[in-house]
Amino acid sequence: MADGAARLREAFAAAERPLLVPYMMGGFPTLGASRDVARALGAHADILEIGIAFSDPLADGPTVQAAGQVALDAGVVPDDVIALAGDVRDGPPVVLMTCLNLVMAGPPERFMRAAADAGVAGLIVSDLPCDEGDDVRAAARQAGVAMISLVAPTTTDERLADVAKVAEGFVYCVSVTGVTGGAVSVDDDLAAFVARVKRAIPLPVVVGFGVQTPEHAAAIGRFADGVVVGSQLVRAIERDGLDAAAGLAGAMAAALRGDGN
Amino acid sequence: MTTIAQRFGPYGGRYVPETVIPALDEFAAAYDAARDDPAFRAELAGLLRDYVGRPTPLYRAERLEAEYQAGPIYLKREDLCHTGAHKINNAIGQVLIARRMGKRRIIAETGAGQHGVATATAAALFGMECVVFMGRTDMRRQRLNVIRMNMLGAEVRPVDAGSGTLKQATSEAIRDWVTHVRDTHYVIGSAVGPAPYPEIVAELQSVIGIESRAQVMDAEGRLPGTVVACVGGGSNAIGMFRGFLGDGGVALVGVEAAGTGISSGLHGASLGEGSPGVLHGSLSYLLQTPEGQVAEAHSISAGLDYPGVGPEHSHLRDAGRVRYVSATDDEALEAFGALCRTQGIIPALESSHALAAVAREGRAWGTKGPILVCLSGRGDKDVDQAAEAMGIDG
Repeated sequence: MADGAARLREAFAAAERPLLVPYMMGGFPTLGASRDVARALGAHADILEIGIAFSDPLADGPTVQAAGQVALDAGVVPDDVIALAGDVRDGPPVVLMTCLNLVMAGPPERFMRAAADAGVAGLIVSDLPCDEGDDVRAAARQAGVAMISLVAPTTTDERLADVAKVAEGFVYCVSVTGVTGGAVSVDDDLAAFVARVKRAIPLPVVVGFGVQTPEHAAAIGRFADGVVVGSQLVRAIERDGLDAAAGLAGAMAAALRGDGN
Repeated sequence: MTTIAQRFGPYGGRYVPETVIPALDEFAAAYDAARDDPAFRAELAGLLRDYVGRPTPLYRAERLEAEYQAGPIYLKREDLCHTGAHKINNAIGQVLIARRMGKRRIIAETGAGQHGVATATAAALFGMECVVFMGRTDMRRQRLNVIRMNMLGAEVRPVDAGSGTLKQATSEAIRDWVTHVRDTHYVIGSAVGPAPYPEIVAELQSVIGIESRAQVMDAEGRLPGTVVACVGGGSNAIGMFRGFLGDGGVALVGVEAAGTGISSGLHGASLGEGSPGVLHGSLSYLLQTPEGQVAEAHSISAGLDYPGVGPEHSHLRDAGRVRYVSATDDEALEAFGALCRTQGIIPALESSHALAAVAREGRAWGTKGPILVCLSGRGDKDVDQAAEAMGIDG
């Protein structure tokens, strides 16, 4: 098994367009159904991001929080979501997204080994800034799981230099100062922010938070290496069902290819 | 780099989304500069004296001594602070810093409502916009404080998630802060959260311990043998303990909520029963499942109904400098009634937990010297709930 960072690198190298990274909440709408979600979204994905629900998320907006609560209420535990990732390992590379306490409770060595054994390529920990969590990063490195760093528009250049020292796989640019699920405004500020990140960190840059339409995706794709679509897909699954969500993911992928423009 | 403590032993840290890291840096730098600025110190001291009503009295509770056959027992009367609890010491200080940083909007979380009222008060005093996040359950059981916050011009935003208590209110406040971080200062109400909050809150509350130490020396010509305070997030306790950490002979006791009994599983004893984990930005003892999901706490007292605790308390626990015990809802109600009857003081249900520890262990403590209790707040907010629990008709 190639290490996670290498597999993510290959995904970016292989793609002929900006990458589509759909997000789904592990265990939503049910644990069984989330396998179908992973396959349906995975068909349009270059990288698939799967969330592990935490009781007290700090970066999730109402849509993702509510989906997480459904999973928690159904008794979904982190190992269930890691197993889900293992079930779809023949699809695009999987990155997990969660909060630090679930990794720490693992404890980190066990959590990372289980994730690596399930074929997980990377991990995003939304409440782990670049200057914390040496033990978690060491465990990830040992297991071959890439630790993906988040940066925000408020992140200073000085801080980006620190992120560059620990970032692996790709950099996740939070498009807005805020939680997930708002609406991004694709403007010169966002383009300048992405350019600033690219200057500081020699990794592909993916933009997420608030990407709601294929038009958003296409516009961001002009200056970023990929887009994450999360709350909008979760909302589509909840409101209109899996086919509609898969259709939206397909439309996002087409928009990133430049079709229909 | 800031000189403000980031960690207490292994505990503390800054486990938050990257978005708010610059705001934490800015707050630390602003506090660093303020505490070295004589003008700031004079303004804060003046407000604490003329507006808050400091120093608060130290009062010897002789009829309580007779009731508990222990003593002497001294009460540090934080309940006599403006707005009715120690929370105002921190809120005034933080809002002053926020003003120095040029922030126009203040947010806060609140459990019992005392911190919300204190923050709404400070915001009103300085003409700033204020939003207070409060769990739906707490809004019901602390209705008086909701009304007070509204009167003071604050918006109280209900939080429906989970059990509708302090944990959810804090998470929601942090999410709001992540969104509005550029123009908003988040006034955390306890010695919890990411650095630099635990240290700044402890310093702003240390006035309790510094005053108490001098007052007990004045009254008794010696230090207290035992100092006791209730611990939810732990701000009144750390503020009190800070006055005595250097006095090795003074026993320090923190009292957590045992709820309906530790064995019932419905309690708030994170130091007694929890394990280290990360909640709301810092590493500290935490009530959690084996998988790391944060458990729901339980206490009759909304201010102690929290599954985490300030990181300095975790360090003091491991170091053995403070002994942490717990008191049940029933024990707290008993102590609440005893102070009402013997001294004509209606204590907050939070502070009643500290009194309950005196009821249980005070006779043994009395042999080591005076007992000092942090009476962190008054119980006006609790009378409906206490009357119902005690079967008292209106």
